[in-house]
Amino acid sequence: MSLFSKKNKEVFTAPLGKNNPVTVQVLGICSALAVTAQLKPAIVMGLSVTIIVALSNLVISLLRNTIPNRVRIIIQLVVVAALVTIVSEVLKAFAYDVSVQLSVYIGLIITNCILMGRLEAFAMSNGPWESLLDGLGNGLGYAKILVIVAFLRELFGSGCLFGYRVIPQWCYDHGYLDNGLMLMPPMALIIVGCIIWWQRAHNKDLQEQ
Amino acid sequence: MNTNKNSYTFIYASIVVIIVAFLLAFVSSALHSRQQKNIDLDKMKQVLASLNVRNVKDAEAAYKQYIVSEQLLSADGSVATSTQPYQMGEKGGDKGCAFLCTTADILDKRPVFVASVDGQTKYVFPLYGNGLWGPIWGYVSLNADRQTVYGVYFSHASETPGLGAEITNYEKFQVPFGGKHVMKDGSVALSVVKNGNVKDAEFEINGLSGATFTSKGVSDMLQKDLSAYAAFLGVESNQ
Amino acid sequence: MEHFFSLFVRSIFVDNMIFAFFLGMCSYLAVSKNVKTALGLGVAVTFVEIITLPVNYLLQTKVLGPDCLVPGVDLSFLSFILFIAVIAGIVQLVEMIVEKFSPALYNSLGIFLPLIAVNCAIMGASLFMQQRIGLDPSNTQAITNFGDAIAYALGSGIGWGLAIVCLAAIREKMAYSDVPKPLKGLGITFITVGLMAMAFMCFSGLTI
Repeated sequence: MSLFSKKNKEVFTAPLGKNNPVTVQVLGICSALAVTAQLKPAIVMGLSVTIIVALSNLVISLLRNTIPNRVRIIIQLVVVAALVTIVSEVLKAFAYDVSVQLSVYIGLIITNCILMGRLEAFAMSNGPWESLLDGLGNGLGYAKILVIVAFLRELFGSGCLFGYRVIPQWCYDHGYLDNGLMLMPPMALIIVGCIIWWQRAHNKDLQEQ
Repeated sequence: MNTNKNSYTFIYASIVVIIVAFLLAFVSSALHSRQQKNIDLDKMKQVLASLNVRNVKDAEAAYKQYIVSEQLLSADGSVATSTQPYQMGEKGGDKGCAFLCTTADILDKRPVFVASVDGQTKYVFPLYGNGLWGPIWGYVSLNADRQTVYGVYFSHASETPGLGAEITNYEKFQVPFGGKHVMKDGSVALSVVKNGNVKDAEFEINGLSGATFTSKGVSDMLQKDLSAYAAFLGVESNQ
Repeated sequence: MEHFFSLFVRSIFVDNMIFAFFLGMCSYLAVSKNVKTALGLGVAVTFVEIITLPVNYLLQTKVLGPDCLVPGVDLSFLSFILFIAVIAGIVQLVEMIVEKFSPALYNSLGIFLPLIAVNCAIMGASLFMQQRIGLDPSNTQAITNFGDAIAYALGSGIGWGLAIVCLAAIREKMAYSDVPKPLKGLGITFITVGLMAMAFMCFSGLTI
């Protein structure tokens, strides 16, 4: 079996589109909404989740034949919690301002449903290499939604991207105003709702009856 | 091998816990001094920001350049303790007395950072209070006359973006504090009032529209914390 | 006492787990199809919250905080692991108790009972509690003693329950309305929650 067989490619690319963890599998919504008022924390959060999903998928997949069934969930939680603690410590040491912005949401990666969902559904029954790809795909699929939502919210909410002003001053001089509501929690929900709407309008088989 | 036996489960869980505990302890101790340094550098940047020294690359060098000494005051305004400013060391560093004070110590210990900007003495006072959603804090620096504001810096934990969070906006909210007077008839008169309701421009600042609670929080914070220094602010500096 | 009530009311309406922090969204969206199960889950979450949060509070203040066990040692890097272990353990316990004494409720909650362990609202409350311990006592959000921890646990649990029951009631009615096809199900639910969150925003600044 080659490392980049068709099936493995599918494992990696499906979560980016048709089987997106946020908009289709409805996993990991909590943090997807809360950290998206600005692009920078959204990207850091997306990368952190990608790294943690990929590594925990790999570790659990390697251990899958030795884990006693009764304490399965606890062992998974311990592995995830350990990885999250390490990421959080590294962020505190090397990206202090982002770690302050993300505050509790880094810790909440532990209870991010994407992790437990992928560990249970994929890593427990597949080999290490496929699990790693699945983790990377799902993490990046999650990061993609985060970046789209954060892009829209930061652009229309504060007229900036990455903290730099992109909407020129003459727009403001002619009466354009930033929409402060975009930065509030409710608009994150409505934007995700609209992304789902758009995706399902283009993908008939995802529609619910 | 039977992975469902009690003894196996028990041994397995113990081994996992031990490995994880060692791994985490190792990571935590390896990164601890670096994390502490980040926290200290952040505090230095905030103190410097109130002296209108912003966007410095090397906060440590700038702090050493501007801050002359750190002091704790007694209630009558005299200096109780005075130490060298923060010295960065290999392990955590040697902190000055004002730097060591936590936000809870402001009212009892009255920490002051004494700075020298272009040969002029400035005093920096820490502030801590409550906004609408969570805590807000900041630093205010006064000129050598101990009466007029030289600069301010405010920050917050979770104020509403675009409304209350605008207290961090330098041009819009913080610059107007410059040149205002603090004390009037022995009490703190420097305050933030509702936008457009400034009666006495010597002491009052326009609040942020749409952020009444946060503006009031800033005002209360100035009143509460600067009142602790009333005796110190009442006497003219003899420099 | 005043602080106790203020913290309690604030954590239901202002710092609502769903509308202000989006915590526990996964089961919130999945189990809000009818009011009865939603109510059951709301009660279960509140119950788990009331037990785990005070336990974690004691852990944080007596074991993990700086200088608690051994002077000069700060064990807070272990907090994530210990918090999640406490939560998972207590959820397991609750599951066994419910199964033994109320099989009917156990069956109606099904898979979502063990899933409370990974409900972000529970873990989130513990992490917020950890942050709020250090706050100034004058702040309405500060958690300064064991009683405050209970008030916060009760408030955030009830707030979460209230949110899920409200959404379930709306979704029961929505079954009869003509929603555009691509928006049906998940899409319209998101937008509804967004509008509800906007309504809850008017509680901000509420003080007692």
